[in-house]
Amino acid sequence: MITLADYLVLSAILFCLSVAGIFINRKNVLILLMSIELMLLAVNFNFIAFARYLDDTAGEVFVFFVLTVAAAEAAIGLAILVVLFRNRGTINVTDLDTMKG
Amino acid sequence: MEQVYLAIVLAPLLGAAVAGLFCRVIHRSVAHWVTIIGVAVSFLLSLVVLNHHVVGGAPTYNESLYTWMEVEGVRMEIGFLVDHLTAVMISVVTFVSLMVHIYTVGYMHDDDGYNRFFSYISLFTFSMLMLVMANNFLQLFFGWEAVGLVSYLLIGFWFKKPTAIYANLKAFLVNRVGDFGFLLGIAAVLMYFNSLDYADVFAAAPMMADLTMQIWPGADWLVMSVICILLFIGAMGKSAQVPLHVWLPDSMEGPTPISALIHAATMVTAGIFMVARMSPLFEYSETALSVVLVIGAITALFMGFLGIVQNDIKRVVAYSTLSQLGYMTVALGASAYSAAIFHLMTHAFFKALLFLGAGSVIIAMHHEQDIRKMGGLRKYLPITWITFLVGTLALIGTPFFSGFYSKDSIIEAVHMSHTPGAGFAYFCVILGVFVTAFYSFRLYFLVFHGEGRMDDETRAHLHEPPPVVTVPLILLAIPSVFIGYFTIEPMLFGGFLSDAIQVAPDRDVLDYLSHHFHGAAGFALHGFTGPAFWLALSGSVAAWFIYMKRPDIADQAVERAGGLYRLLLNKYGFDDFNQIVFADGSRKLGGFLARFGDAGLIDGVMVNGSAKAVGWFASVARNVQSGYLYHYAFAMILGLLGLLSWLVIQ
Repeated sequence: MITLADYLVLSAILFCLSVAGIFINRKNVLILLMSIELMLLAVNFNFIAFARYLDDTAGEVFVFFVLTVAAAEAAIGLAILVVLFRNRGTINVTDLDTMKG
Repeated sequence: MEQVYLAIVLAPLLGAAVAGLFCRVIHRSVAHWVTIIGVAVSFLLSLVVLNHHVVGGAPTYNESLYTWMEVEGVRMEIGFLVDHLTAVMISVVTFVSLMVHIYTVGYMHDDDGYNRFFSYISLFTFSMLMLVMANNFLQLFFGWEAVGLVSYLLIGFWFKKPTAIYANLKAFLVNRVGDFGFLLGIAAVLMYFNSLDYADVFAAAPMMADLTMQIWPGADWLVMSVICILLFIGAMGKSAQVPLHVWLPDSMEGPTPISALIHAATMVTAGIFMVARMSPLFEYSETALSVVLVIGAITALFMGFLGIVQNDIKRVVAYSTLSQLGYMTVALGASAYSAAIFHLMTHAFFKALLFLGAGSVIIAMHHEQDIRKMGGLRKYLPITWITFLVGTLALIGTPFFSGFYSKDSIIEAVHMSHTPGAGFAYFCVILGVFVTAFYSFRLYFLVFHGEGRMDDETRAHLHEPPPVVTVPLILLAIPSVFIGYFTIEPMLFGGFLSDAIQVAPDRDVLDYLSHHFHGAAGFALHGFTGPAFWLALSGSVAAWFIYMKRPDIADQAVERAGGLYRLLLNKYGFDDFNQIVFADGSRKLGGFLARFGDAGLIDGVMVNGSAKAVGWFASVARNVQSGYLYHYAFAMILGLLGLLSWLVIQ
């Protein structure tokens, strides 16, 4: 029997993996985008698990919205990435350090 | 009379203001006339006051004229207290000042700072009058500091001379030490009496007699002793008592008229006057009287010794001044305040005379002050010679001269006194008589007798200075001879100063002496039988024998007692001690504080340190702002996590 806790643990593991992916990743902005997607999916897992547990479909409906927004976000993110590559000639994360005073 | 008192004080101030503020525009004759008239007015009005109070028997005048400010019930006022003591003081001060003003016309006639000089000496007269006429401690302190200031200005009058600058700085600093004590004394008076007015303080003094205070834990002192000793420290500075005497001989760097006026006749007696004025306080503290007595005795004898080895004509007279101030202080310590004031008065005349006589010699010798290059001057300067001789005879206490009456009464008073230290003091003052006679006649013989040791050119130009110089000498010589004879009876034994001076009955030595007093002439005749006269005579004869008859004795004595001679020449090492310990010590301390405290602590730690700390903190904090997106994202997540867990835990 798979309990709610198992789902939540899986979701937490996925979330931590994505956070680690954001933080540890030094190479590629693409992987950053993927980590963000993974983070959203981990959240979606929670939504679905709680929807099922509480027997309330609002959670599942919400997941659709999140997936839609995530798709849009991925599209915009990839577009930015392309423009970034055109301008800088690199998508290496360690080279992108201009966000300091 | 109020207008008269005001006029006495303000006339010299007006003269000083005119001569000082317009010193660049007015002619020399204007400067000396305006100041001489100012002081002359002051002198004549002083005589009016003296007549009014002494002959007319007017009651003591004690009024405040102007309230400067009032703070928490303490009134700070300007007012006059005029009694017999004040009347005598203002007459002496204005008379000597007038003589010096006239004399200065001759002495300073070729000096560039002529107008400035007259402005200063008039300002001094004003300050001194404010001091002696004060009816409260604040005004006393004002006058006290003002005479100190003028003294500073006048010692350094020739401000291009390095020695003069050194001397005036020294005088100023040493006086600061004394003034520190004086100011503390006044503060203690204010603290315990809650008033600065003489009358209030003296009236409350009996109630304070047994009060004690703790200076440091476990040491109970009578309040009266503390106040009186602190006040006396001020007097030690101003009246040049050991160990604060070191400034007076150096002050001879100033022009001779001010040596006569300030450093012999008037200002240095301010301390004596102050202690006499404070007699209602000093009488409640035997400790303080004892201190006064011993300090005065040391000054009287040991400063006299120094006069023997000096070769500068002015310095010999300066050391004699120190010694005579010691006599006055001894009289104060023996509770013979009247005798101190009496000696103050006679000394003012004959010491001003001696100084002005020395100045006259200096003019004639073209500003040569070394007595080894003088000699035989009596042929060339007859008036100076006679008056100087009169001054010398008065100084050593020849019977019938004024100095005899005052000095002999001090010696008798100390002899009768039972204040602790009186035995030592008696020994000092009686031996001091011999020393005084010895150095005085040494000076006299070396300057006026024997062979001339000056060069031929100086000898060719030797002549008596003009009448503006000699007339003051003659005018000062008259009181130097007669004033003692005529005033001893009223001043010492007639209760003349009893309105100002209080003496405890068991210490009243002058009252005891008055039973044995049978007229001034009898006192003088009796003087012939006393030890003082014979000591003075033997001192004079010894001086004549050593310096006239057998000059080789002096040279031999120098060789035989080389160590003692050097000790005297080094002035007992006071100057060296002060130079090494206080001057160099404070410079070293200052250097240390500058390096460690200022450069190290304040600049290094506080100023540069805080700047460095900010820089260091910034250099650490700068690492947070890496510019990497993932660092910021991680920080956001951590923050979110922190906030959420805070919310949950709450």
